[in-house]
Order: sequence, then C-alpha cells, then structure tokens
Amino acid sequence: MKEFILIFRLRDDADAKPSPEQVRERMNWLAGVAAQNKLADKGKSLSISNAKTITSEIVTDGPYTEIKEFISGYMVVKTETIEEAIELAKGNPILKIGGTVEVREVLAISYSS
Amino acid sequence: MSDKVTQQQLLPHLFREEYTKMTAVLYRHFGLKHIEIAEDIVSETFLKATETWSIQGIPKNPAAWLYIVAKNKAKDYLKRHTLFETQVKDAINTDELQFESDFDFTQQAIDDSQLAMIFAVCNPSNSIASQICLALQILCGFSVEAIASAFLTKAETIKKRLLRARKNLRQDNFQIKFLSEEAIQSRLDVVLKTLYLLFNEGYFSTSNDHLIRQDLCSEAIRLMLVLIESPSTNTPTVNALMALMCFQSSRLEARANNNGEIILYEQQDKNQWSQELIEKGNHYLIHAFSGAVYWQTKYHLEAAIAYWHTTPTNNDKWEHILQLYNQLILIEYSPITALNRTFAFAKVYGNEQALKEAEKLQLNHISHYHALLGYLYADTDLKKSIAHYSRAISLTKSALEKKTLGKEIERLNKKQH
Repeated sequence: MKEFILIFRLRDDADAKPSPEQVRERMNWLAGVAAQNKLADKGKSLSISNAKTITSEIVTDGPYTEIKEFISGYMVVKTETIEEAIELAKGNPILKIGGTVEVREVLAISYSS
Repeated sequence: MSDKVTQQQLLPHLFREEYTKMTAVLYRHFGLKHIEIAEDIVSETFLKATETWSIQGIPKNPAAWLYIVAKNKAKDYLKRHTLFETQVKDAINTDELQFESDFDFTQQAIDDSQLAMIFAVCNPSNSIASQICLALQILCGFSVEAIASAFLTKAETIKKRLLRARKNLRQDNFQIKFLSEEAIQSRLDVVLKTLYLLFNEGYFSTSNDHLIRQDLCSEAIRLMLVLIESPSTNTPTVNALMALMCFQSSRLEARANNNGEIILYEQQDKNQWSQELIEKGNHYLIHAFSGAVYWQTKYHLEAAIAYWHTTPTNNDKWEHILQLYNQLILIEYSPITALNRTFAFAKVYGNEQALKEAEKLQLNHISHYHALLGYLYADTDLKKSIAHYSRAISLTKSALEKKTLGKEIERLNKKQH
C-alpha cells in the first residue's frame, strides 16, 4: 500500500469560504474515501489571510497572489496505485468550482541505507 | 408447596446478583493472586443457603443472611490460614493476615470493590475477547456454559480462554485495594471498550437465545452504572457510552417478535420502544456533552446517532445521522460503520446515488454488505436484489438473519411474478 498526498488548490479566495451545502458535499466526499478504508490522514485546511511567502530577500503577503491561486488544504490517501488515488481525487467537489487537485506519492524515508 | 415454587424462582436470581457483589468484596480482600479462595467461599455460602433454606425456609433478608455466612466463612479461612502460617513458618509476616478488617458488605464497600474489579479484569495483557469472557465470569457471575452459548462457542474453548486469562490476572500487579487515579486514567479506555463490546455482543449477537442476549445488555448497563456512580469515573465519555446503551436498549423489546425473530427498524412498533430508557438516555447524553471541552469520542457520535433513531418524526433526521456517520468513519474505520453510513446516505440522496457509494466499498465477504446491496437494488433491479440477498444468506451464520433475509426474498419473488 502506498500513500499519496492530495493537494487542493483554489483560484478565487471567495471559494475558500464554502457555503453550508459545499461543506456538506466536501464532508460526504471525505467520509466516502474513509468508508473505502483509503484515508491515511484527513489533513487540514490552510488559512489564506494569515499567510506569507518568504524568499531570501523578502517576505510578501499571501501565497502567489499574483496568479490568484493558492493551496487551500491537503489530505493523504492510501491506495495500491496512483491511478486509484487519481480516481478518488476526481470525485472531490473542489473540481466543480475550478479548483485543482495535485496527486503526489509520499516517499517513505529509509534511514537504514 | 408454594414456598418451594418461590424459592425456585428466587434463588437463581438472588444468587447471581449477590454472587458478583460478594466475590467483588472478597477478591479485594484476598487479592488477585487468590481469586479462587474468594470464589470458593461464596460457592460454599450458596451451598449452605440452599441446604438451610430448603429446611427452614428463606430468611426475611436473604442478602444479609448470605453476607453473614460469607463473612464467617472468610474469617474461618483466615483463622485456619494464620494458624498454619504461625505453626509452620515464623510468625513474622502474619500481621496482614490478622482480621484487620471486618469483612464489609456495605453498599459503599460493594461499589468500591466492584469498581476496582472492573478495572482489574480489563487487563490490556489479555485479548479483548478474553477480557469479555473474564468480565462475564468474574463481574457478572456467568457460568462457562452461558458464556459459550452467548458466543456460539464450545464450552471447552471458553474454559481454556478463561484459564489463560485468569493466569494473566494473577500475574498482574494491579492494585485493587485502593484504585489509584493513575490506574483509572490508564485503563478507562480499555474498560469502556470491553463494556461496549459486551453490550454489542448482546445487542447484535448471533446467538439465538434471546434471554442470554438481554442478559448481556443489562449486565453491561449495570457495570456502566458502577462507573457513573463513582465520582472518579463519572466522565463525559462514560456518560456518552451509557446514553448509547440506554437508547439501544429502549428498542430491545421492539426488535424481536414473539418467535425471537429480528424486526427491521422501519417495521418496528414504535409504541414498544421504552420511553423510560429513552429519557434515561437523554439524561446521560446531556451529561456527556457538558463541560467546557468539546467532547467528540466515538461513543459521543454513536450516542448521538442512537438519539436520532429514537425520534421517529423529523425531516432532517437522516441528514443529521449521515453527518454523524461521516464524522464517525473519520475517527475510526470499520466495515459496519461504512455500511451504516451508506444506508444513511441512501436515506438522504436516494438509492441510486447510494449504490455508487456502496459499490466502492468492496466488502464482498460480508453478509451485511450484500444485504445492503439487496436493499438498494430492490426498487430498480429485482434480479440483482434477490441475488445479493441470497449471497447475504449464504454468508451469515445467524439463523435469525437467514430467516429475516429469506422473507425479504420471498416478498421480492412475489413482486416479480
């Protein structure tokens, strides 16, 4: 069994304040993943307002505000293949409002070698 | 003649009730290393009661009579033991064997002893199945045969399991004289899990014996009451589990018909639900959610779900239940929670949407999964529905469930023609 992190991105910060209906939809989707016993970590939502981006010279407000896209949250699923993880991600309601989901395998660190 | 009848009815009940109280007090005196001594003394007491009462009739206060005899037998035992110790060995270490305390069968002593024994029995070094067996034997006074019947297992298997579990108990250095705050903290979770499973064993048991199942449920509640009545264990989580048990028990009568067959929730006669138990459940539920901290253990969620099930009319009921199941499955995955969640999903979003959710679960080896699919297909695809119900029948061991599912197939077959 492998672990994959799903990284959720939104384009418009209005979408970060979901309606009750959207909350229900997201919750149903999340619980649906858990019901398949494929949830490794239900993850967290990330704040948009209290956020800075740091480079070696400068600290700027917010994440990538110039391209109007920011990470709104993440979670970790456990599946055999990346295709299975993609299949789960496809059901996420964030896609309906123009958001994106990035799927990345979580690499296990081996201390022995 | 009539005296004999009452005696026959009274004794088994009285014995079981008093057995657990007396052994608990005596266990505490003799310690976990010598639990057999305590059990022997109580058995001898009952033997004497049966002999004496059959001739002289039952005394006015049978419990008090039993306590006095048990007390004397325990003192006799100590006297003999001390004599042996002083004659054979040096009389140095016999201080603790002096009759330093009168054997105390007051309500307070019984409560304290029972509480300590609950924590002693829920010993993490035993498997959870052994803990339940041990709880039934030591805390509830069940015979090996009754336990075997409840678990649909051979008495021999249960006996072996108990022997191993009792050995672990003896070797455990658990302090039962004074139940420490630390012991409570570290074991309360295990205690609750054991009592939760003990209750479920009764509520969902595959055993066909309706009486044994009710017994398991009421014993779990009795032990929970011991926890609630002690300030040291009267926590919100304990109240949540108690609320859950009360709500579930309120439907026990309505869940089975006169033949002991299971009646599905939707077909239950709601007038048969025990209003008294529902009110008790409400009472404990309020305590479960009291305090500044936001409590949300799985017992809280399950109690809240059970609460909604006791309210027959409310438009948003299934929406609430679904949201609670959503949270429950995030805390802890279990196939049954996944299936119950899907059922609630069907109630909110319809069978067709729920089928999509259900097919992702892939619990093909579980009878209830096929029963759920059978239910979800019933209105749209009779053939598939019947096939799944048949598969459910072949997978379940419970004769009652086979019967209930068979009736559903019969109903669908009639629809087909």
